Amino acid sequence: MQQKMKKVKITIQEDGEPKEIEIEVPDTGEGGWGDVSKNRYVSKSHTRVDAVDKVTGRAKYTADIKLPGLLYGRILRSAHPRARINRIDATRAMALDGVKAVVLPGDDPAVFSRECRFAGQEIAAVAATTPEVAEDALHAIDVDYEVLPFVVDEDAARDPAAAQVHGDRANEGESRVGEQGDIAAGFAQADVTLEASYRCQVQSHIALETHGTVCQWEGDKLTVWASTQGVFSVRGELAGHFGIPETNVRVITEFMGGGFGAKFGARKEGVICALIAKKAGAPVKLMLTRKEEHLATGNRPSAVQHVKLGATKDGKLVAYERSNYGTPGVAGSANIPGAPYLYEIPNYRIEQTSVFTNAGPMAAQRAPGHPQAAFAMESMMDEMAEALGLDPVDIRQMNDPDEARRNMVAMGAEHIGWKTRRSAQPNTGNGRIKTGMGVGSCRWGGGGGRTQAECTINPDGSVEVKCGTQDIGTGTLTLVHMIAAEEFGLKTDEITVGIGDTNYPFSGGSGGSTTAASVSPAIKGTTMLAKLELFNKIAPRFGVEPGELVASDGNVFVSSDPSKSMTWQQATAQLGDEPIFFHGQWLPGYSDSGVPGVHFVEVSVDTETGLVKVDRVVAVHNSGLILNPLTWASQVNGGVLMGIGYGMYENRIMDPATGYMVNANLEDYRLMGSTDIPEIDILRYDEPERGVIGIGEPATIPTPGAIANAIYNACGARIREMPFTPDKVLSALAAVQEG
Amino acid sequence: MQNFTYVNATSIEQVPSLLGRSWDDAVVMAGGTDLLGEMKDFAAVPRRVVNLKSIEGLDYIRQDDAALSIGALTTLTDVLNHDAVSKDYTVLNQAVSVIASPQIRNMATLAGNILQRPRCWYYRSEDFPCLKKGGARCYAVGGVNTYHAIFGSGPSYIVHPSDAAPALMALGATVKIHGPRGGNEVVLDDFFTLPEMNIRRENILRPNEIVTELTIPKPEANSKGMYLKVRERDSIDFALVSLAAQMTVVNGTCERASLVFGGVAPVPWRAIEAERYLQGRRITESRAESAAEAAVEDAKPMPHNGYKVEIAKNLVRQAVMALAA
Ligand SMILES: Cc1cc2nc3c(=O)[nH]c(=O)nc-3n(C[C@H](O)[C@H](O)[C@H](O)COP(=O)(O)OP(=O)(O)OC[C@H]3O[C@@H](n4cnc5c(N)ncnc54)[C@H](O)[C@@H]3O)c2cc1C
Ligand code: SF4
Repeated sequence: MQQKMKKVKITIQEDGEPKEIEIEVPDTGEGGWGDVSKNRYVSKSHTRVDAVDKVTGRAKYTADIKLPGLLYGRILRSAHPRARINRIDATRAMALDGVKAVVLPGDDPAVFSRECRFAGQEIAAVAATTPEVAEDALHAIDVDYEVLPFVVDEDAARDPAAAQVHGDRANEGESRVGEQGDIAAGFAQADVTLEASYRCQVQSHIALETHGTVCQWEGDKLTVWASTQGVFSVRGELAGHFGIPETNVRVITEFMGGGFGAKFGARKEGVICALIAKKAGAPVKLMLTRKEEHLATGNRPSAVQHVKLGATKDGKLVAYERSNYGTPGVAGSANIPGAPYLYEIPNYRIEQTSVFTNAGPMAAQRAPGHPQAAFAMESMMDEMAEALGLDPVDIRQMNDPDEARRNMVAMGAEHIGWKTRRSAQPNTGNGRIKTGMGVGSCRWGGGGGRTQAECTINPDGSVEVKCGTQDIGTGTLTLVHMIAAEEFGLKTDEITVGIGDTNYPFSGGSGGSTTAASVSPAIKGTTMLAKLELFNKIAPRFGVEPGELVASDGNVFVSSDPSKSMTWQQATAQLGDEPIFFHGQWLPGYSDSGVPGVHFVEVSVDTETGLVKVDRVVAVHNSGLILNPLTWASQVNGGVLMGIGYGMYENRIMDPATGYMVNANLEDYRLMGSTDIPEIDILRYDEPERGVIGIGEPATIPTPGAIANAIYNACGARIREMPFTPDKVLSALAAVQEG
Repeated sequence: MQNFTYVNATSIEQVPSLLGRSWDDAVVMAGGTDLLGEMKDFAAVPRRVVNLKSIEGLDYIRQDDAALSIGALTTLTDVLNHDAVSKDYTVLNQAVSVIASPQIRNMATLAGNILQRPRCWYYRSEDFPCLKKGGARCYAVGGVNTYHAIFGSGPSYIVHPSDAAPALMALGATVKIHGPRGGNEVVLDDFFTLPEMNIRRENILRPNEIVTELTIPKPEANSKGMYLKVRERDSIDFALVSLAAQMTVVNGTCERASLVFGGVAPVPWRAIEAERYLQGRRITESRAESAAEAAVEDAKPMPHNGYKVEIAKNLVRQAVMALAA
């Protein structure tokens, strides 16, 4: 039996230009992955291969890297939200015992500016023999600032008379408009029109591991250990900045403690580390503090949304108007999705702007723009349901164009017991604690590409797979082991895997929920084709065609006659002394993009203290083919928790009078802790035939909206501003009582 | 953190000589869970740190018929696990159980807890040279004052952060102080001081004095206590408002009530009006409500913390009803 082959189109780079070519690959059946039910690894739960290393501390993160003569770097940051540096003098700092180098604005104008636009902007850096001396040195740099007017509040910043963040243009940028149909006609058809404003706060990323790098120069060659979501983007940025070829820069990320979107590229702190290492002539480790993380490494922009929604009395949405703005700080965009979120509305108009303020710049954060959009839309859907006397689930089912999501809403409703919900009359239970349920949904893209890999099968049977992706904590390394082991019929610990190094084949950054969908097809394709090469070499030994061979359970045998068998090692020994080496890349047909998700939550509200407790979350998600249910569920759990955090606790608070962030720590900036974690039931909506689709981002989107709806259902208080803290709950309750 | 020298004290008597005339000269360290954070944030900049843990015999809980005596270095975990505390001093047991986290309670001492410094975010950040640190203004005024005081404040608006202190005060505890001229003892009500008296500190302790013991008289046989704490986050959080309540109720009539708030004033705040109102009255729902209203009558909320008044009031009603039941 000849191996069934199929032709697929892939894009390669030829002379720097993308070119589409056609190649032949084995046809493994529907969805590329074939029937996964009998698999040993792929689609089965597998503990992380590095779990023990991580919990025992054997895993070395960037902060753990030690090199001979290593210095410690620190960055001096602007002490004012808006100022001009007249003079900066590091004489006292340089005189301190142990200080080896200082870089000042003049050393690299591409990195440092004398115009400070937020408290926390990088203005100089030091390297010293200990972290303590480095900190002392920061305090010994004398800066003469000309303090200038500033604005940190997005509402104040919209006033044309406000201080200008950039000096040469208004704080509020051009509006971006999205429209469809005729909203005047749409609202004319509506039986009920509601209007409300919703506010979402700025959220910090709070990766457990702070941003940081270790940089070591040898001549004009640079080795970098980086806490990054993209080793190649770090390499590109550093090579560009220092004007050296990319081949001179090696970036290594063996273990990494999370990024959530704020760790692409070398970023300022990475460039500064390389710069000061060069000046000091010694390797430098520069890890940021938690305060620096809050001030300068990115955040989720705020969103203020004025929404108007029109519906007919049977619940059909007919018109939608939204104007929204938010602040990305000093740079970037605060835009959220530019069409009505999730639901089909024939007539709409959306107008949105970003408002600069003198605060740290935004960065992509887990599903950029979506939690904000979902909070307002899902709150408004419930307000409309209430106004029309409809069940919140029914109005969603009526207006949701996505069949899978409608099914998932039904699954979640069934599981949480939506029918038992105290539907129409909130606030009717006895006692001060009221309970309620709410629902919220989401959509996300995902999809894959841009990954290469290589595989070596050695004559002794050892197998090595290399891919320049990085495991940012999601379990990517484990996936590579699983896919390769499945392909060769070996055990996961029999595969040697190298990731997190620019010396390995290219892979894109880990973001946008695309990593699994990018890496797994590349590993699948590369190992599959390497195996085929092996089979081509050894098939004559069996006297069969290569396509008749199977590798399973540590053996290679003829599919129609398993008695014709060799051990894997006997099979690879046939190679003589020349290994199989195959360089492959991402193949189409193994992944997809576009997924819905739905969260149902149950809360209890203490009407005398305003405290809300999330008691239970039912999270229904769809990821096509789930490669490793364990790490998949981890992503859902983490997403739900981050969503609760955004809805309930987290809030960057800027002091309007001084322009400083007052809670740049983890005490007053509250992250949820272990005893705040509710029961989380995860339901899978399986569509394995679609191949692999990401999960990291969709899992965090729907939670805040669902919580707001549950609070309303519990006690009748509609809270349109996040986070849902006791002060807001109590004042909303007071408003209800006043009628 | 500023550089400092570190000294291990060997006896109580030796400590005053190791300390100085100002808080910048020297401070003592017990568990260090508060002090080290303060030093890292440049809220405390002592030239010398005197370690008390090297002194033998300051870590004890002794019980006799009249009182419970707790050595200054006793950890919160040991207080929490002590049988007498859970049996007869419920309000203290409950208060300690909601302090910080198990890890912090393992290190933190009881004396350190009542002596911990304010959490005001302006005070704790190097960016703000506020009045309490010797600066020229209070940033909470005209700033973000969501977590600040509603009673007894000005010119500083901190809240006292301790959970143990309101409970100890509700129980009528006294504190033993050792200084250069020997020891003395004061009731906690007289130990804590308002900002109008000394804006830099929260109690009468001088830079060269230390606390050596807390003594808690045994509650009356028919008195009961409880500690209610409202915090934004369940795991590890300071109180938005808390209430330590100890009441003696005989046949439905309140003979004595001791009600002390945490988280609402620069000191643990005794709700004297409510205590007076309750004394000698039969407890009913409406009297509990009246007591609650009396407790917050003098509240002067700031622009962002009006919600604390509502919570404080509700906690009094809840505690009075629960303890009368
Ligand atoms: C994350 C976190 C959460 C917390 N949450 C809470 C909470 O919910 N409720 C709560 O009540 N507390 C809370 N705390 C505060 C904690 O309880 C205190 O830090 C602790 O009780 C202090 O005890 P310590 O022995 O570590 O004191 P130290 O840190 O050693 O000292 C604290 C202060 O008291 C002085 N001092 C200590 N002992 C003496 C003495 N015998 N005589 C004179 N001066 C002395 C020190 O000089 C210092 O100024 C929290 C702390 C942290 C870090
Ligand atoms: S409340 Fe007290 S500690 Fe806080 S800023 Fe004002 S003076 Fe400083």
